[in-house]
Amino acid sequence: MSTSIASLRPDLAVIAAHVAAGSRVLDVGCGDGALLAALRDERQCDARGMEIDSANVAECVARGLSVIQGDADADLAFYPDATFDYAILSQTLQTTRRPDLVLEELLRIGKQAFVSFPNFAHWPVRLSLLWGGRMPVTRLLPIAWYETPNIHHVTVSDFRALVAERGITVERSWFLRGDKQTSAAAANFRAEHAVFLLSR
Amino acid sequence: MVHDPKVTAREVIALAQPLLLDSGQVLDRVEVAYETYGTLAADKSNAILICHATTGDQHVASPHPITGKPGWWDRTVGPGLPIDTQRFHVICANVLGSCMGSSGPASLAADGKPFGMRFPVITIRDMMRAQMALLDMLGIDRLYCVVGGSMGGMQALSLAANWPDRTERVLAIAATATMPAQNIAFQEAGRQAIMADPAWQGGDYYGSGKAPDAGLSVARMVAHITYLSEESLTEKFGRRLQDREAKSFGFDADFQVESYLRHQGVTFTSRFDANSYLYITRAMSYFDLAEEHGGRLADAFAASRARFCVISFDSDWLYPTEQSRRLAHALNAAGAPVSFVELSAPFGHDSFLLDVPALDRVIAGFLSR
Repeated sequence: MSTSIASLRPDLAVIAAHVAAGSRVLDVGCGDGALLAALRDERQCDARGMEIDSANVAECVARGLSVIQGDADADLAFYPDATFDYAILSQTLQTTRRPDLVLEELLRIGKQAFVSFPNFAHWPVRLSLLWGGRMPVTRLLPIAWYETPNIHHVTVSDFRALVAERGITVERSWFLRGDKQTSAAAANFRAEHAVFLLSR
Repeated sequence: MVHDPKVTAREVIALAQPLLLDSGQVLDRVEVAYETYGTLAADKSNAILICHATTGDQHVASPHPITGKPGWWDRTVGPGLPIDTQRFHVICANVLGSCMGSSGPASLAADGKPFGMRFPVITIRDMMRAQMALLDMLGIDRLYCVVGGSMGGMQALSLAANWPDRTERVLAIAATATMPAQNIAFQEAGRQAIMADPAWQGGDYYGSGKAPDAGLSVARMVAHITYLSEESLTEKFGRRLQDREAKSFGFDADFQVESYLRHQGVTFTSRFDANSYLYITRAMSYFDLAEEHGGRLADAFAASRARFCVISFDSDWLYPTEQSRRLAHALNAAGAPVSFVELSAPFGHDSFLLDVPALDRVIAGFLSR
């Protein structure tokens, strides 16, 4: 079973399109391995994964991928420095206990890191909170506050502030609304989703 | 003679060379009993070596010659099963030190008498030396995969560490790279039960008309408990009484779980040699891949180019997930392509032998490409 880059979730497609062919990649929170399989099959990458859910890991193994069941907060410590060209964290940052430490780990393990997350400052989210007075439930944030795995909601501006504070370089960034890329202008307001390429 | 349509060979082969063992001793005239299933491809690219657990044997998917029960991995190995014998040539050998046809303490020494305790103490690596010699004689340089659960998983890891060029894949289930103290302790209790039985006679019971069945039976009972989980014991037996309405106020098997354990112990003695039990559990307690490779587990796999898959079960308290996770991290540190998954199953350590659909999917998936 393989997945083409074209059929990936939009943020994963952005990442896949900018990963150098033949590189070594670790996808942290790799889910069912769709990105890894696409990188292996279309980019000839040495693609490895980490995933917390055992059913997803089983699915990855069944795809012939090398995936370790583990927790981004705890298990990244076991990877040696600079093992990978890229460490990828897609839609997982906001689920970690310490997103700042996970970011540091990504940039220790990988020479560069791709990080994607839903932007909590996207205007419908703001409206929902402003007018409804309730925690927003949207397409990218579909689960109510009490059961969502997203325990650290983050905005584009928050993220930029964190990486600046930690001396992390933003190599590139992409912003998505629906399936389409949108401009960086007023991204904190207009982007539903953000993808950053980081380095130290 | 081949009885089972799936079995393509059932042989006992005499190794061409003596085995130099970890103890420094040399074992001459070593025999290895094995079975094969499926057909070896012309380019010999489809051979899978399955390594059996402590008291397992080469009858991986054929009826046991003494008990008549189905092969111990009958549900996993066969046509259309996760280890598909229509695609793969499966080899399973009885380990050195065992009692199902391979050389062990019940075998005859040069003086024509059984070795008994004169048999050298062996290690997991020695078991693999015998199996590598078997592969040499079968003309198989490189395996598609080496697979094993429990002690079989330790053998698979030993192969990867010591003969890194001889396998493309390694599948270790419910195993460990280092025998933990708790496991050493349980095995010591089992060995002491055997050696405390007067019928053991210092290991020279062969031909005496008496064997340490009582001791071996207790050893099996202790071990059997460690293979299960509290949940499975409670589910299966609870506190239910055995064929009676009330407690006997005696020491009969009042409880079903007692009766079950006694039965497990007694039936085990009909198929297993007590001295083999001593030697094999000794080999397991000595097993420490890190120690074999300078104290750092990752170094054990430095030369390996194989892909690894490590599987544990959440209810397995004998070889808990932590052991497998440690192994996976070491493989990672060595740069090996490794998958690791903890599967949910209620059956304790024995889960690797039982109906766990997720296990079937992972095995089939790992072997698929």
